[in-house]
Amino acid sequence: MPEPMGFYTDTTVCIGCKACEVACKEWNQLPAGHGGRPEMSGDSYDNTRRLDGIHWRHVKFVEQFSEDRSQGRWLMMSDVCKHCVQAGCLEVCPTGAIIRTEFDTVVIQSDVCNGCRMCIAACPFGVIDINPASNTAQKCTLCYDRLQAGLEPACSKACPTDSIQFGPIRELRQRAEARVRQLHQLGETRARLYGADDRFLGGLNSFYLIVDEPEVYGLPRHPKMPTRNLLPSSLLSTAGALVLALLGLVGLRKRRMDERAAQSEAPRV
Amino acid sequence: MSDTFFTASPHWTWWIVLYFFVGGIAGGAFFLASLLHLFGPPADRPLVRLGYYTALVGAILSGILLTVDLTRPERFWHMLVQSETGRLMFKSWVPMSVGAWGLLLFGLFAFLAALAALSEERPGARPLQWAPVRWLRRPGPAAVVAVLGSIFGLFLAGYTGVLLAVSNRPIWADSNLLGLLFLVSGASTGAAALILLGVWRRIGGPASLEWLAGFDRRALVLELLVLIVFVGTLGSVARVLIGWWGLLLVLGVVGLGILVPLLIERGRRPHPPAHLARVASLVLLGGFLLRVVVLLSSGEIHVLGSGVTRP
Repeated sequence: MPEPMGFYTDTTVCIGCKACEVACKEWNQLPAGHGGRPEMSGDSYDNTRRLDGIHWRHVKFVEQFSEDRSQGRWLMMSDVCKHCVQAGCLEVCPTGAIIRTEFDTVVIQSDVCNGCRMCIAACPFGVIDINPASNTAQKCTLCYDRLQAGLEPACSKACPTDSIQFGPIRELRQRAEARVRQLHQLGETRARLYGADDRFLGGLNSFYLIVDEPEVYGLPRHPKMPTRNLLPSSLLSTAGALVLALLGLVGLRKRRMDERAAQSEAPRV
Repeated sequence: MSDTFFTASPHWTWWIVLYFFVGGIAGGAFFLASLLHLFGPPADRPLVRLGYYTALVGAILSGILLTVDLTRPERFWHMLVQSETGRLMFKSWVPMSVGAWGLLLFGLFAFLAALAALSEERPGARPLQWAPVRWLRRPGPAAVVAVLGSIFGLFLAGYTGVLLAVSNRPIWADSNLLGLLFLVSGASTGAAALILLGVWRRIGGPASLEWLAGFDRRALVLELLVLIVFVGTLGSVARVLIGWWGLLLVLGVVGLGILVPLLIERGRRPHPPAHLARVASLVLLGGFLLRVVVLLSSGEIHVLGSGVTRP
């Protein structure tokens, strides 16, 4: 049994070249959007905009500039499925299309998915969407086919700055912690890891080194499992069903009593 | 900021709005018909039969709407059977999985109840007088079908809200009251649908229709209370509803769908059938708009932080 594998993404060395996006598209034969016509966002150099069924890698451009643009910085982050240790998508998939692999990654089996889209609503990171080519839900597979052949995923292989690093999670965490210490020593005290420990979702098999609040990168501060609401919602609904039954029975009893009263009040002939 | 704002929309739109609406009516109609069946006088029988027919049609429509909404509709059976192994597919912790089975079983009980009702209504039709069908009409089996069908009916009306809550989407996952809200609304719209059909087809005596209207009034009061608490529990997420959606919620759902029916039903009873039908139409409109607002307002929100952010 191989040990858990994943990605460590050091956002401080990402240069926004999008080699990862291209490598992912190429290896996974993902179609271009809008029939191949370029579509500009109009307010950013980021024209991919979000992860979806045909964009399994997305380099986020976070542009932080003052009003007069005298001060500013670019934050870049190559985003991808987090391959959560406790995966909301896998948990709620009603067809069993989403599986956990021997590498502890999360993969959607396209031949099983029927496109109910429950996983899209359940993913805390907005990673999954329908691929119009297959009409099934799709996302990063962490190059499951390449992993099975002993190869590195296409995106990390193509990354020219090693912003995306692939390997056993245990090793990646050690590397990431050392990098945070290094950045702190260099004065970048905002550097921190997101998802490297098990504080939420049991940990993320694709975790990040970031230098600002998670929300700035479009990451939820406390991502949660969708089933957290199952028990309270079910109990409240069950209580409601009992109240409705009671309302109905009380109404029927009242009607019966009213009819009896009307009969007894009616003049006898 | 709620963590639900960082998620993507599943694009559940009009098919699902319609399914939630029709499923609620079907479940509510069966529940009310079974109450009249088990505890009402013989004079209620026409309305009981109408309720069972409505539930069956609703269950069939629900299945069709759900299937059509899939992006791979030919794989609808993957909800019930594991496509690789042929074993049953059931996840007790997944509302959509439980819902698929719940709808199937509700459809079965609605079919049995409707078959028995049709047999009762058409004594001359020989296939309907077949011994197993007549057995269904006996008090024991009929009561079992009524009770089990009611349980699945109420489940069908309410699980849709629980399904939304068991996600990570804004509004849906930010409160635990959607299941209860949809359940009460399902019972209310079920009653309204029966009143409307009863008046239109001239089925059901004044006492039966008046009982339904009375039940509907109580359900509407309950729905209003749950709706107020629901919006309250959303906290800061409720700001999503500021704008057209909020207007539709206040004017359409609360105003036209709850307050106006409650106000114009005050006064002397029994009400004329046409009056009951008008009120029922408004209740149905409100129930439909409730699902429109809940589903589509959340569906409009896409991943935050996916582009430019400014400090």
